[in-house]
Amino acid sequence: MSKMIDADRIRFRYDPDSPAWAVDGASLQVEKGEFVAVLGANGCGKSTLAKHLNAILLPEEGTVLVEEMDTRDEEKLFQIRQTVGMVFQNPDNQIVATVVEEDVAFALENLGVPSGEIRQRIDEAMKMTGIYQHRSKAPHKLSGGQKQRVAIAGDIAMRPDCLVLDEATAMLDPRGREAVMSTIRTLNHDYGITVVAITHYMEEAAQADRVVVMSGGKVVLEGTPAQVFSQAELVRKYHLDVPQATELRDELVKLGYPLPQGIISIEECAQAIYKLFQE
Amino acid sequence: MLKDITIGQHFPGNSLVHLMDPRLKIIITICYIVVLFMAANPLGIALSILLLLSLYLVAKIPLKMIGKSLKPILPIILFTCVLNLFFVVGEGEPLFQFWIFTVYAKGVQYAVLMAVRVLALIAGTSLLTYTTSPIILTDAIERLLAPFAKLHLPVHELAMMMSIALRFIPTLIEETDKIMNAQKARGAMLDNGSLKQRVMALVPVLIPLFISAFRRADELAMAMECRCYHGGEGRTRLKVLRMTRRDLVCGLVSLAVLGVILSTRFFVPGLQ
Repeated sequence: MSKMIDADRIRFRYDPDSPAWAVDGASLQVEKGEFVAVLGANGCGKSTLAKHLNAILLPEEGTVLVEEMDTRDEEKLFQIRQTVGMVFQNPDNQIVATVVEEDVAFALENLGVPSGEIRQRIDEAMKMTGIYQHRSKAPHKLSGGQKQRVAIAGDIAMRPDCLVLDEATAMLDPRGREAVMSTIRTLNHDYGITVVAITHYMEEAAQADRVVVMSGGKVVLEGTPAQVFSQAELVRKYHLDVPQATELRDELVKLGYPLPQGIISIEECAQAIYKLFQE
Repeated sequence: MLKDITIGQHFPGNSLVHLMDPRLKIIITICYIVVLFMAANPLGIALSILLLLSLYLVAKIPLKMIGKSLKPILPIILFTCVLNLFFVVGEGEPLFQFWIFTVYAKGVQYAVLMAVRVLALIAGTSLLTYTTSPIILTDAIERLLAPFAKLHLPVHELAMMMSIALRFIPTLIEETDKIMNAQKARGAMLDNGSLKQRVMALVPVLIPLFISAFRRADELAMAMECRCYHGGEGRTRLKVLRMTRRDLVCGLVSLAVLGVILSTRFFVPGLQ
């Protein structure tokens, strides 16, 4: 089976004259159906890497293959962008139309899909992301989380195989963030859509199948959330935190309580502590 | 304070006027304006106003909205009225004279007709925006201008720009409010001081607003690219405008009525 995304040692800089590479030889493989979280401090190149995944940026060196299509291949551009949908940070700046359903239809209108089919596909997409009841509202009347789900629906309507979320929850309040994350989990879990989530939130990364840590334009650490977060010292070295549950576990271990490795969620932590008290 | 700004006020509804094909509405509005100017006689204008009032009633737009739409242009109308009143030179005896002004009967007639005509014009075009949402209006303009695309007029781009502008008006108003509050919190005096001081105080509001608008534009362009936007070529639409039988009947009836009004110019003496 071919890989969803295969980025091989890509290098990219915004200014071809400067020696500063935004992405400096990063490689990223994503399998179909996977949920990958990309972590990294500010300016580590993770957003730049994300923009390579649907040919918004082209690598200066190295190659990016999306389902075996090279992102440099201009003929396949629209096919690549239909395969990999992208959601950005600011929900306001990615909504084009003045009515929710018109915005969800935007991509399909661009692709020249007949209007009857557009209707069917956007209804489906809006139901999948839980914004169907808001379909005739104006976007500025929605909350941040709802707007972000409108943006996701706009991508889903293209029937992509992969969604790239570029800090899509960073500007949302906790409730909106939870709604967006649960939508993402549903899409990943029930519809088999591959998810690459660039994020600052360790709690979100903990929900992923795999975590990739970037620093200085390179991938420096990779593995399951439990593997990555159990190396708390290393993670902190890259100016990142570990999830609160992991931090608590580490503090307790320091105080001499024997807790198991690889605790990343609050439930796991609670379970482990409960067990400890029972003994 | 900024919440009071409304552009292209729209009253949603389900009346015949609301549901009419927007392209037809635009064409009829243009014809109405032409008729107002061509049938510049008392009977013609009276009939035009009657037609307009009946359309307002059909659309169930509260009549006080006419007043509201006319309010901003009242000073201009008064000004032209006064000019007409004093400077139109008619035949025969002047009505009255004082100081350097002479008022003729024709001047009065001219002033009144002119004022009523402009009022009817504004009220008529307001009906179009009251009953058609800006997005539908943009769409209709794009369709109407479509033939000009062959002459390399960027019709689709213009319509896209218009609809994005409409989309971002509330967002930018909200942002302006935020920036104003932020500057007030830093001690900016936006509401008092002399006119010059107040204008100067707006500069630190406008600069961040512009910078943020450019950043938004940049991000929006990227988001549009991600969704395969590549201009108007080969683009389909979610909602396709279709002329129905009802539209055709309504259109023909309105045009016939306008035709009758136009014909008054041949047997009722008008101006000029």
